[in-house]
Amino acid sequence: MHPRLELRSICKRYPGVVANDDVSLSIQPGEIHAVLGENGAGKSTLMKIIYGAAQADSGEIYCDGNPIAAHNPAVSRALGIEMVYQHFALFESVSVVENIALSASSAFHLPTLAEKIRNLSMRYGMPIDPHRQVHDLSVGERQRVEIVRCLLQAPKLLILDEPTSVLTPQAVVKLFETLRQLAAEGCSIVYISHKLDEVQELCDTATVLRNGKVTGTARPKETTSLELARMMVGSKLPEMHVSPPVPSEKPVLEVNGLSVKARDHFGVDLKNVSFNVHGGEIVGLAGVSGNGQAELVALLSGERTHDRGDAIRICGIDAARLRPNERRKLGIAFVPEERLGRGAVPSHTLWENAVLTAHRFGTVRNGLVDRRKAKAFATGIIDRFKVKANGAQSIAQSLSGGNLQKFIVGREIALKPKLFLVSQPTWGVDVGASAFIRQTIIDLSRAGAAVLVVSEELDELFEICDRLLVICQGKVSAPLIRTTTDREEIGLLMTGRGMSEGASANGSGDIVLQD
Amino acid sequence: MRVAAPILATILTVVVGSIFFASLGHDPLATLYAFFVEPLSSMNGLSEWLLKASPLILIACGLAVGFRANVWNIGAEGQFTMGAIAASGVGLFWPNPESVLLLPLMFVAGMGAGMAWAAIPAFLRARMNTNEILVTLMMTYIATLFLSYLVHGPWRDPAGFNYPQTALLPAAALLQSFDPAYRLNSSIFITVAAVILMWLFTDRSFLGYKMSVSGAAPLAARYAGFRESAAVWIGLLAGGAAAGIAGMAEAAGPLGQLSPQISPGYGFAAIIVAFIGRLNAFGIVLGGLLMSLLFLGGEGVQMTLGLPSAMTRIFQGFLLFFLLAADFFIFYRVRLVRPIRDAHALETAR
Repeated sequence: MHPRLELRSICKRYPGVVANDDVSLSIQPGEIHAVLGENGAGKSTLMKIIYGAAQADSGEIYCDGNPIAAHNPAVSRALGIEMVYQHFALFESVSVVENIALSASSAFHLPTLAEKIRNLSMRYGMPIDPHRQVHDLSVGERQRVEIVRCLLQAPKLLILDEPTSVLTPQAVVKLFETLRQLAAEGCSIVYISHKLDEVQELCDTATVLRNGKVTGTARPKETTSLELARMMVGSKLPEMHVSPPVPSEKPVLEVNGLSVKARDHFGVDLKNVSFNVHGGEIVGLAGVSGNGQAELVALLSGERTHDRGDAIRICGIDAARLRPNERRKLGIAFVPEERLGRGAVPSHTLWENAVLTAHRFGTVRNGLVDRRKAKAFATGIIDRFKVKANGAQSIAQSLSGGNLQKFIVGREIALKPKLFLVSQPTWGVDVGASAFIRQTIIDLSRAGAAVLVVSEELDELFEICDRLLVICQGKVSAPLIRTTTDREEIGLLMTGRGMSEGASANGSGDIVLQD
Repeated sequence: MRVAAPILATILTVVVGSIFFASLGHDPLATLYAFFVEPLSSMNGLSEWLLKASPLILIACGLAVGFRANVWNIGAEGQFTMGAIAASGVGLFWPNPESVLLLPLMFVAGMGAGMAWAAIPAFLRARMNTNEILVTLMMTYIATLFLSYLVHGPWRDPAGFNYPQTALLPAAALLQSFDPAYRLNSSIFITVAAVILMWLFTDRSFLGYKMSVSGAAPLAARYAGFRESAAVWIGLLAGGAAAGIAGMAEAAGPLGQLSPQISPGYGFAAIIVAFIGRLNAFGIVLGGLLMSLLFLGGEGVQMTLGLPSAMTRIFQGFLLFFLLAADFFIFYRVRLVRPIRDAHALETAR
């Protein structure tokens, strides 16, 4: 029997980089095949080649034993190859069925299509109402729309590019059930990820890429994560050095009884939030997304202000009414959750993006941007954080998510902050770079800076934080010492149970967890 | 691609323009010659070309500062008018009509009036989040009617045989031409300075950088702590100042007095110039020269071939239309999908 898809010696170069170097792999019908690798290992390029969105320089692609000669996405769709991209391509202002109709390759009849969507989504255990507007859907539901869009074509091979990077743990469980059902029906699945635990849970085989080359194939369920990680990052995995914290006497950040109404009906009210962060320590804020993190972070960074000045104090100064640039003068640096469009200007170069927050650090003189200094500053970050980019002239949106994250984290750390506020520091960042970013954050704090990390990844918080806070429905728990708490306690707090004064949150805890 | 669109648009304008001429019963090649070449074949033509390009470029430079930050001032025509009114007012009524300070004062008055007229929409947008597109446009009509009131009423020249126009400006209030035979005057230097200033501002200055961030990614601007209201104020005031100065230069230059029609639509045409020039200082120079040629060519064919005066506007329309279309097709691909009424036909087709 022929494999569903076979790649033989695929090579692809871009100016300055070899994206794929002699890559071969084969996928059987009904197999869930992981493509593992760090950011910039060549996973996305390989997927584009399989899908036909990019052409290989050399090598062959076989589908069910037949060579594909001139490849493009239309050929893929004719062959039954479908792809779910990491970044959704949905129009928010129209309904689910209209979105799907927009991508239809042939003529369609809207009510019939809606019925098909409803049936198909029910069959695969991810119900969606075809007439809902996309802007009302959660991220997990939007992904369902993308998947259903592919399933309507009855695919033989489904490619998913880091599908879980935006999902809650509960939504991931659901997604995996769907994928297993699909595979059982004979559909092959290519699953791109850098999350080892997911690959081990879901995938039958894994092809590991490093610097564009295949460094190994494995059966993830029978291989330890350490072995897989070694294949991904090479021989040495960086080790984390966490020395005990030496908190400063006075807190650098004080939040006192902060209560705020949400700005729109998607937001969450903050209720009487109080906590401190001292210099020299790392405090983590855990919680399922959408429980008030965005509001709290906006208030801390100054993107949103508060009338009562002493609700937020930075370095002993009332800061709640200060604007972001005034807070930055007090020594705050901030990495937002959204990289493109907030942490960086997508259409600008990296050196221009360096000026965004580094304009007090010699890159602006006499009101003029000092291009040489800005380029040197950006190049310094690129070198130190091993950002894979074509130099300081690269356009921000041309970088992969993880690499841009490295650049933004690097930029903010280079500002030598007294208070470092960081949201999801390693979202979409590979193992090696995550370890480096975490180590840099630890070093920053041990050098005296106060650090507040907002993250959904408990593993990460337990790895680097000295104290943990939990946010649930706009309430923040009392601080927990990392060494004396455990996942269970944090998990309970995340659902709103066990919140000391959170009687009202109890009943709705389950709802919070649902996607 | 950024450069391709304006060039493509220009070519398409010429092609469709010649089809248009042919359909009106004129030899397209001869008409194109009369439109685009003849105006530039005399010294006077060249002088007129630069004279008309100058206000277009000046205003477009000011507008582009705002456009880059997504601040849409489309009321430059009104700011131009107010600049001309204020400058002429100083020129006509200053106690000492021979003062050497007269021109500098008129310059300040014109710029100030343009800025003041733009400050109203800026205030409304920054404080009350009104739409500056609507407000600037409506303010244009107010300015035009105000001018009409002045020249028909209080400022009408008593010795002017009841024509709706003011008295001629005194000699000290006029920008001298380089050569008495031609109308081109020293205001062209103001435009050159504005182009350099605009380049410096948008390309090199930190303030210009902040404005470009506001335009390209408003959330990033907020993240970095750049004020949105600052971008609104700077964007609108820059356009107002440039348009006001252009209005002053027009009144103190070729016109020498106020009448109800002081602008052949410079304020609106400059919007097209800014976009044809890709909001870039040197692109705007080229765009302004092209637009000025359309004005001249339109007048030319009107006189020599008896074509209607709307020709200029039609060509401006072609140009903007094709530019927007070219931009659109560079960024989007059009695909035809036929809807089907009959669901069964669909099922059998699959």
